[in-house]
Amino acid sequence: MKIEYYLYLAIALFCIGVVGVLTRRNAIIIFMCIELMLNAANLLLVAFSKMYHVAGVAQNPMAGIDGQLFVFFIMVVAAAEVSVGLAIIVMLYRNTHSVDINFLNRLKH
Amino acid sequence: MKNIFQLVWLVPLLPFAGFLLNGLFRKKLSKSLSGLIGCATILGAFAISVALFMEVKSSGGQVVHLFDFIAVKGFKIPFDFQVDALSSLFLLIITGVGFLIHVYSTSYMHEETSDHFARYFAYLNLFVFSMLLLVLGANFVILFIGWEGVGLCSYLLIGYWFKNTDYTNAAKKAFIMNRIGDLGFLLAVFWMINQFGTVTFSEVFAKVGGTPVMVITGMTLLLFVGATGKSAQIPLYTWLPDAMAGPTPVSALIHAATMVTAGVYMIARSHVMFSAAPITMNVIAIIGLATALLAGTIALYQNDIKKVLAYSTVSQLGFMFLAIGVGAYTTAVFHVMTHAFFKALLFLGAGSVIHAMGGEQDITKMGGLSKKIPVTYWTFLIGVLAISGFPFTSGFVSKDEILLAAFEHNKLLFWGGVAGAILTAFYMFRLLNLTFFGKFRNTEEKAHHVHESPASMTIPLAVLALLSLVGGLIQLPHIFGGHPYLNEFLAPAVKIPGGEAEGAATTEYMLLGGTVIGLAIIYFITRKLYAVDAFSGVYEGFRKVLANKWYVDEIYEAIIVKPIRWIGKKVVLFTENEVIDWIVNGVGKGVQLASRQLRLVQSGQVGSYVLLMVISILVFFAVQFLFKK
Repeated sequence: MKIEYYLYLAIALFCIGVVGVLTRRNAIIIFMCIELMLNAANLLLVAFSKMYHVAGVAQNPMAGIDGQLFVFFIMVVAAAEVSVGLAIIVMLYRNTHSVDINFLNRLKH
Repeated sequence: MKNIFQLVWLVPLLPFAGFLLNGLFRKKLSKSLSGLIGCATILGAFAISVALFMEVKSSGGQVVHLFDFIAVKGFKIPFDFQVDALSSLFLLIITGVGFLIHVYSTSYMHEETSDHFARYFAYLNLFVFSMLLLVLGANFVILFIGWEGVGLCSYLLIGYWFKNTDYTNAAKKAFIMNRIGDLGFLLAVFWMINQFGTVTFSEVFAKVGGTPVMVITGMTLLLFVGATGKSAQIPLYTWLPDAMAGPTPVSALIHAATMVTAGVYMIARSHVMFSAAPITMNVIAIIGLATALLAGTIALYQNDIKKVLAYSTVSQLGFMFLAIGVGAYTTAVFHVMTHAFFKALLFLGAGSVIHAMGGEQDITKMGGLSKKIPVTYWTFLIGVLAISGFPFTSGFVSKDEILLAAFEHNKLLFWGGVAGAILTAFYMFRLLNLTFFGKFRNTEEKAHHVHESPASMTIPLAVLALLSLVGGLIQLPHIFGGHPYLNEFLAPAVKIPGGEAEGAATTEYMLLGGTVIGLAIIYFITRKLYAVDAFSGVYEGFRKVLANKWYVDEIYEAIIVKPIRWIGKKVVLFTENEVIDWIVNGVGKGVQLASRQLRLVQSGQVGSYVLLMVISILVFFAVQFLFKK
């Protein structure tokens, strides 16, 4: 498949994620949108990795493999981030009975 | 020794070493040790100077190259010493008289604590170093280094007793007056660099011939402005009398024998330029004569022993400039030499009197000291005779020559000079009579304390007295059986077109007779007026104007100092309140205003933060895209 298709899909995913983060007020939805952006990046990494692998495997059997390594890093970091973030959201809900970020503006104090 | 000229760098370096030792270790050195360092370095410099002098006498001078001081593209200022007749003579005067004054100072300053004592000798050595640099330099820039150095040392030494505000003010006055003159000198040097592309004496003088007279006149006038500052001529002379705030040996060394003659030296050194500018020469002659007369009249009614001598110095410097103005450079240098002898003698004698009187400087409170301090009296008497021009003393020969040169040049200048000489004799005899004759006009207790100074003070006095007596003989006119040895010696360095004039026998005898008769009359008048039992020292009418120095200081205060202060105050008010405060307060207000607006961004709304982040990233991308090469 042509690399452009992957690119279009990744851009679409990323834009959906950005718009979601900007427009939604529910903290959990925002979280999901962030994950969407991360996965858009992952998709690109994998796609390019594959592309380079196909192009360079004759000279080097490990060509383009590092892109896929990065994807694993991002997944691990994202998983860690999600666990911390969800824990915070749970605590917030317990204290305020709300996950509306417009309501949670006390960080400026 | 193969070549003594290779040792010339030691001459200024020795006093500089003395300055460093005394200056850096002043807290550690004992008094006798710092005195020893001070004197020994000058003595060493003197010994080398004598050797140099002999060498110059037998084989002529030369320029010694040490290193390149400033070297930029196409323009070079070498650090050279020019050892020739003129500079070697000045070396002898500076180190010789300087050494005697150092020896004298070891006793005179003995009441100071040891660190201040060492500080004194450090300054004194630094002064000698600067002065030697001044006379040795082979170009105007090296000369200027010394020129500034002596100005600085003069400032330091006048303000030596810095706890007294009057003294520090006098020091500031001397420094500022000198700075005004230095500005003229500096402009002349810049002009030279622009015009000739060099500041080395020989190269500049070689190019004088092909330069328009107006340019040379301008340069020499600017140089002369420098000389009026350093050598205390009208209009910048007022600092010298105030400079008497310093210790008396300092007055003897700096403000009589050496530094104030720097202007004369500088003009004698660059006489090629001055001879090419007749307008400047006339200006110098007139200023010199006017200074001689003005200072002479002021000296008539001063009651402070050092002030009389100070004005006398200004007056004698006027004589030197008169001699220069009529083209008699060697005569001016000769008068520098004799003046160094007798004026140093008089100042040291005055120091001895002040020492004997326990710090009293007012001559109305002295009198009858001739019996009590005989050595000081006799040496002082010789000094007075020499400065008033008693026949065959040094002052007679040199002043006689100046008057003759003036006579050849212009009769009016001659009669002015005669008037100046009469004034000189008058105020010096007045000083002598008030100090040493008549009755002691002070308390009984003081009379009891009057004592002769120790040997380290009287021996320099005796040496200088001897020099004052016989110093003129090297230049005695032919009709008195002498020969102008000094002129011959100086001839290679100071070439006078047409040679020095020697007066006809009748003129010489007339001057001799006139001097004897005049001095006798003046002696009797002053004896009658001033060798008195009681003397008030208060003057009325015109004498009051003279006693108040023609109110020159007051006039300067009114027309220069006050307007400048006024302008300064206005400028301060404007720049401080309007400009600087505006800037400082404006910055503060701007920051406050900006932060008040910027604070609104931090709303705590996570959504707005994220929006800002996204917008920023987009802006980054856009910028990178737009400015990508």
